[in-house]
Amino acid sequence: MNKQITVTVNGTQQTLEVEPRTLLVHMIREILNLTGTHIGCDTTSCGACTILMDDKSVKSCTVLAVQANGKSITTIEGVSTEGAMNPLQEGFKENHGLHCGFCTPGMIMRATELLVNNPNPTEDEIRWGISGNLCRCTGYNNIVKAILYASAKMRGVPTASTEPEFV
Amino acid sequence: MIAASFEYDAPSTLEEAIGLLQQHGEDAKILSGGHSLIPMMKLRLASPERVIDINGIPGLSYIREEGGVLKIGAVTRESELEHSELLKKKFPIFADVTKLIADPQVRNMGTIGGNLAHGDAANDHPAAMLALRATVIATGPGGKRSIPIDEFFLGFYTTALEQTEILTEIQIPVPSKGTGSAYHKLERKVGDYATAGTAVQLTINDKGICTTIGIGLTNVNPIPLRATRSEQALLNKPLTDENIAAAAQMASEDCNPSADLRGDVEYKRAMVAVLVKRMIKKAIERAK
Repeated sequence: MNKQITVTVNGTQQTLEVEPRTLLVHMIREILNLTGTHIGCDTTSCGACTILMDDKSVKSCTVLAVQANGKSITTIEGVSTEGAMNPLQEGFKENHGLHCGFCTPGMIMRATELLVNNPNPTEDEIRWGISGNLCRCTGYNNIVKAILYASAKMRGVPTASTEPEFV
Repeated sequence: MIAASFEYDAPSTLEEAIGLLQQHGEDAKILSGGHSLIPMMKLRLASPERVIDINGIPGLSYIREEGGVLKIGAVTRESELEHSELLKKKFPIFADVTKLIADPQVRNMGTIGGNLAHGDAANDHPAAMLALRATVIATGPGGKRSIPIDEFFLGFYTTALEQTEILTEIQIPVPSKGTGSAYHKLERKVGDYATAGTAVQLTINDKGICTTIGIGLTNVNPIPLRATRSEQALLNKPLTDENIAAAAQMASEDCNPSADLRGDVEYKRAMVAVLVKRMIKKAIERAK
């Protein structure tokens, strides 16, 4: 039997009807048409489907849509304001933190929570922090730099785009 | 992948949840963090007709110390255990264990109660709970009952929980001074299940004698395994290199790993010996 749920998605409250077996990622992509959240492995490994649920990063391929009832969801579409890139998006652009871009929304959503919990992470802490997100292009070095850039920018420390590293 | 159809309930009290279990029996499964259940449902390895989500029941998530006992609510997330100041101080083993469970996103959802109730010898908490001599509290129609951890794991994905019971709390005796604990698992990559894992908690008195010891092993036996003979070999003895090596050897002989992509039996036994030795030494360091 379908269930009615109320979720706040990127600041807007919505009431939806879903089958209990509908995955949160399918609700986001197919009912709400927010296709920035990607489906990579569909087995909780790759992190491409990472979103924030009540400000916690979770893999939306392993959460039921009904579990989001009453909760607040943030997807990649909800991180910028008025079309301006947020510091993480800017960091990925400036530091060549993406090649194909498939993992990027998940990386940014994960890094969003990481920087809330730890505004000034070390490189090691960033690498542990994104251990649930796979990237098959960059070799991660530029992703780590992108997150360091965002951290510096958010703390008001001067930032400089680094020479991208090609491994 | 999409799970088979099921009915979904989100009760707001424990009584209601237990009532649903009574009503639906074996057709119902409890949903806690969901990071074992949902993948199994997506693969159709599990197809419950009813899923009872206990995340909306208040009062099942806490970490507190009461009368010399550490009490952890079953729906406490792995990430909360990982960052708990209370645990960092008294049970450093929790940071060891949680840091090695999957990845940060999974730890934001996964719960300690689910990790135990799943009854999987590949999970990391069972070995730690054996080392810490935990007690599992199950709540059912008749109220609460205590299940010693040594009586909890019965078989492959099978625990002592009755069909109408919900795991609600984990209790661990707060150890005396001079106690140290440690956990490590060998894994092929971050977040993998253990090739082999070892949890140790021990107490050393001022004469250097081991006065308590618990050793639990991950993923080298059909059910989570206590290394009983190794414990006996060290209890009330000095923790010399020779004694530790003998205990490590016994654990590698007494476990029963199966060959798989993570390694053959001989390799896994060898790794158990290495890990037991290392974790005893790490626990000794922390006991100081």
